Amino acid sequence: MGHFAPHNLGDALSALASQDGARILAGGTDFFPSLGEAVPPGTIIDISRVAELCGITATAAGWRIGAAVRWSDIAKAPLPPCFDALKAAAGAVGSVQIQNAGTLAGNLCNASPAADGVPPLLALGAEVELAGPLGLRRLALGDFLLGVRKTALGAGELVTAVHVPAQPDGSGSAFCKLGSRRFMVISIVMVAANVWVLDGRIAGARVAVGAASPVARRLPGLEAALIGRPVDDMGGFTQPGHLSGLAPIDDVRGTAGYRLEAVAELCDRAIAGALIHG
Amino acid sequence: MDKRSDTAHTALTLNGRIVEVAARVGERLSHSLRERLGARDVKVGCNAGDCGACTVLVDGAPVCACLMATQQAAGRCVETLAGLRDSAEGRALHQRFQGHQAAQCGICTPGMVVSAVALLRVVPDPDEDQVMQALGGVLCRCTGYRKIIDAVMGKPAPLHGTGAVGDAIPRVDGAAKVAGTEAFGDDVAPADALVIRVIRCPHPRAAFALGDLDAWRAATPGVVATLSAADVPGLNAFGVIPAFVDQPVFAEHEARFRGEAVAAVVCTADTPLDLSGFPVTFTPLPAVETVEQAMAPGAPLLHDTRAGNVMTGGFVQCGDAAAALARADVVVEGRFTSGFVEHAYIEPEAGFARMVGDRVEIHACTQAPVMDLESMALILGWPKERVRIVPTAVGGGFGSKLDLSVQPYLALAAIKTGRAVRIAYSRGESMQSTTKRHPSDLSVRIGATRDGRLCGMQFDGLFNTGAYASWGPTVANRVPVHASGPYRIADYRASAKGIHTHCPPSGAFRGFGVPQSAIAQESLFDELAERLGLDPLEFRAINALRNGTPTVCGQVFDQGVGIGACFEALRPAWAQARAECTAFNAKHEHVKRGVGIAGGWYGCGNTSLPNPSTIKAGLRADGTLVLHQGAMDIGQGANTVIAQIFAQALGVPVAQVTLIGPDTDLTPDAGKTSASRQTFVTGAAAKLSGEAMRASILKLCNAPEDAVIALGDGGLSVTGAERHHIPLDRMPRDAEGYVIRSCETYDPPTKPLDANGQGHPYAQFGYAAHMALVEVDLALGTVKPIRFVAAHDVGQAINPLLVEGQVQGGIAQGLGMALMEEYLPGRTENLHDYLIPTIGDMPPVDTLIVQEPDAHGPYGAKGLGEHVLIPTAPALLNAICNATGVRLHAVPATPSRLRDAIRDAR
Repeated sequence: MGHFAPHNLGDALSALASQDGARILAGGTDFFPSLGEAVPPGTIIDISRVAELCGITATAAGWRIGAAVRWSDIAKAPLPPCFDALKAAAGAVGSVQIQNAGTLAGNLCNASPAADGVPPLLALGAEVELAGPLGLRRLALGDFLLGVRKTALGAGELVTAVHVPAQPDGSGSAFCKLGSRRFMVISIVMVAANVWVLDGRIAGARVAVGAASPVARRLPGLEAALIGRPVDDMGGFTQPGHLSGLAPIDDVRGTAGYRLEAVAELCDRAIAGALIHG
Repeated sequence: MDKRSDTAHTALTLNGRIVEVAARVGERLSHSLRERLGARDVKVGCNAGDCGACTVLVDGAPVCACLMATQQAAGRCVETLAGLRDSAEGRALHQRFQGHQAAQCGICTPGMVVSAVALLRVVPDPDEDQVMQALGGVLCRCTGYRKIIDAVMGKPAPLHGTGAVGDAIPRVDGAAKVAGTEAFGDDVAPADALVIRVIRCPHPRAAFALGDLDAWRAATPGVVATLSAADVPGLNAFGVIPAFVDQPVFAEHEARFRGEAVAAVVCTADTPLDLSGFPVTFTPLPAVETVEQAMAPGAPLLHDTRAGNVMTGGFVQCGDAAAALARADVVVEGRFTSGFVEHAYIEPEAGFARMVGDRVEIHACTQAPVMDLESMALILGWPKERVRIVPTAVGGGFGSKLDLSVQPYLALAAIKTGRAVRIAYSRGESMQSTTKRHPSDLSVRIGATRDGRLCGMQFDGLFNTGAYASWGPTVANRVPVHASGPYRIADYRASAKGIHTHCPPSGAFRGFGVPQSAIAQESLFDELAERLGLDPLEFRAINALRNGTPTVCGQVFDQGVGIGACFEALRPAWAQARAECTAFNAKHEHVKRGVGIAGGWYGCGNTSLPNPSTIKAGLRADGTLVLHQGAMDIGQGANTVIAQIFAQALGVPVAQVTLIGPDTDLTPDAGKTSASRQTFVTGAAAKLSGEAMRASILKLCNAPEDAVIALGDGGLSVTGAERHHIPLDRMPRDAEGYVIRSCETYDPPTKPLDANGQGHPYAQFGYAAHMALVEVDLALGTVKPIRFVAAHDVGQAINPLLVEGQVQGGIAQGLGMALMEEYLPGRTENLHDYLIPTIGDMPPVDTLIVQEPDAHGPYGAKGLGEHVLIPTAPALLNAICNATGVRLHAVPATPSRLRDAIRDAR
């Protein structure tokens, strides 16, 4: 019972191992809304002060974003253009208040289909680093997210970082979020695109779509079709067949049909944006 | 490892001072700040990070204190408004918020100012978009944000004058709002108050049985008492209209909507109470949640005496609508629908109650203290003298706080326990259980002749009035009176019915059904204009009511009809916007701009019913001038308006007026704050009261009517031909300590409506016309309002800045209704699924104040509050149609809905 605020990963893991029913708390921006007016859990492990989880660092293989890194840290970080989609998402999550508290890793663990952080990380080919009783492991983000509110996080494990591999030269990136109002809005759909160019033609692309399937996903058909297209051939990238992997639903924010239509439009806009800014 | 704690002390720096707090595990910082550290300037609106009212700075960064565990603040520097208001930025913002009237109700103001301080520390001279980005996380439901933007940007304050009628002075009650010291419903309970939690039905309709409450109470630590229908000593029913008192305090045997109260628990304040074990069993029953279901043959009846689930209806008829439509050259028709709209004030219902002798005192947010008192006396079975209602500041109302909410639970718990008790609704229970705007289903036909004159209108409206009547009868009555809009229609037939469903009660919401009917009527007017080849403004101007032309109720005003002047005022902006759209659209293929116009009118005060307000004032022997101001200021500015009118009538500066009340022990009944009646009706009473006091003073020294009254230094002087000093301290004092007093009542002259709705429903109408300019992204169906121009005939602006504030705030609500707001019971019971406009959604508003004086209004003034919301949504829909060619028949015009319509049209 109690509020644990470990300063290092070892302590965090041993607290997690020793406390049954402990809940992990970082930014609190999902924790408290889901708690509502209910009685809080008796044991909280607050990971926001764990040294190993803080900071964004360049590594030999790319970048490591600590699990306690907040949205506003990402928005302010000096990162190359391939991170533009992630930075745009960081500025579009909730409000300034949410961005100053909420963490990227928490966004992943919350596993909402509409998590704004997921498409940009899929478009970066990111991996999730987990620590637990059996040590560290890494999963591709697509393997970490299993479904609506479901992740591969095991008992006694916590997410420690997100790893972004080195990106091809000339990578540009863009994020398009669609909502019914300007701030503090859950996305109807959103798209992130990372595109890289060689000799005036698209050499490769990752395009990921959120809120149009239980877990955000990339569009491999579209990505393949983009390769070789001249960069000045703008627009009309997305064909209906490219969206076959999506399974949007009808809900209060929009119909499934609308979501598909909007995704096609936003994919084109995000790809064009990535080409312009690359 | 860092220390663990359950309720161990957490040390943090609060507003520059190191404090220690013993917070429970998982306790929100907002709770600790408010309840353990006395920082009641931190407001709680949602406990979910959706409204930003609880914004504080942690190590300089704005965060929602409701999303942070108190222990997470250990060792950190926490700043609230109280600690920031004396900083350079805080002082500047205080002055600017006052100068722009950027605080209306004031509940969001601490969050706004704290966020703005953080911005100004980094960007001392921000542009509009920087302000929007910085304040985008704080919701405001009153102001429409524009004055907040102006204040944070440091634009020159548009103040003028010293407080005479017509002067733009700061709110007389503004300083406390801007300083964060205003006391709202949840800010006033004593520290030892017990806490009430209400047990609510989780189904649209359910039979239920309560178990052994006493045994549960005895077995559950912290629980002091339980309450249920068995604890209601008087009438277990309340309502706002005497013939429709039908809503139980606690349901008995069957609950009729999701969120209806079935019982309550009174517990000690610091009890983490798991209510899942409360002894109640619910058995869901078949429910009717739409008008269609409720009217289907064999549908379960909500109330046995209301056949077909028809609560009541309203009807207005003049001439022969069918014949006129048959002879019209052009007839348009349509079916228009809208959903529930939530008031979404940032302050959830809250208050406290205590016993004082054999009386119960209820301190809570309300729009209608005297109606609360009368209802509570019936519920308690007590004489009215044993109930005192002391309204707190109200963090937004917009109609919903006219009805009882927390008051019965507070009173019953205080009586049962003998202790002070408090309650604050969670955002979820506020949204579930309090009234909503009526969903509407309107079938309308309107005709016109080739010369552009209206020729016949038929209107049939069905309104989903939910489980209980609330103000549904008022909506049913008002809509047929207003559905013509402010236009001359000689042949007219309109009916409206309220239909019960297993939904939350629909009640009063700014406009009482008229915003819904205006969507249908003003949309069809654009279709008529198009069919006739007429400019939409021209078509409306041709048909606008004038002095001397009868309304659809046969009421003829020989003065004060200002709708024509509103349309005239819009002409330059309209011409410019039309040209601008044409130029823009020639250059853009994927986004299109459009401009729309709509008119509106609204009768001020009750419909054909007595509607008096009384204003009392007194002069003390020391020269203190006291105004007993019983009109609830819910942010709209009654405290300022009534004081300005009274001061003008008496002939003294408004700064010399000391306000008392509202408080049912201290202030005479100034009626409810609804129906845009306070400026008109209470204002007229204040004028009479000021004039009466002036007459009494002048009589003391036989001074002429134009003599100058001056109060100062404990004395009163009157200067006419000569100067008289009146020795107040030597005059006899009455029981209240007054040496001179006045108490006057005003009741607007109306006449009953006959079976055809003919009569004089209102002594005055106010009039409005809006122009909206929008940009539509055709591929996505998103609508971006670019600007509004709003012409409002207010007769006489008592305080033009308050007029602008009402206009901007009403437009924001109309924008929300048009573009994003729909309450779905069980689905959008929070402020992240139910969306209201943020600061980034609200474009500039140019307010054109039209002053066509009204013979009944004080200094010619007319009501304004509801009028604003009426033309906004149809103006937006007409602008969308102008941009896209697509006519929407349902609101909100969400991107999904609009895109579907654009696709279908191609």
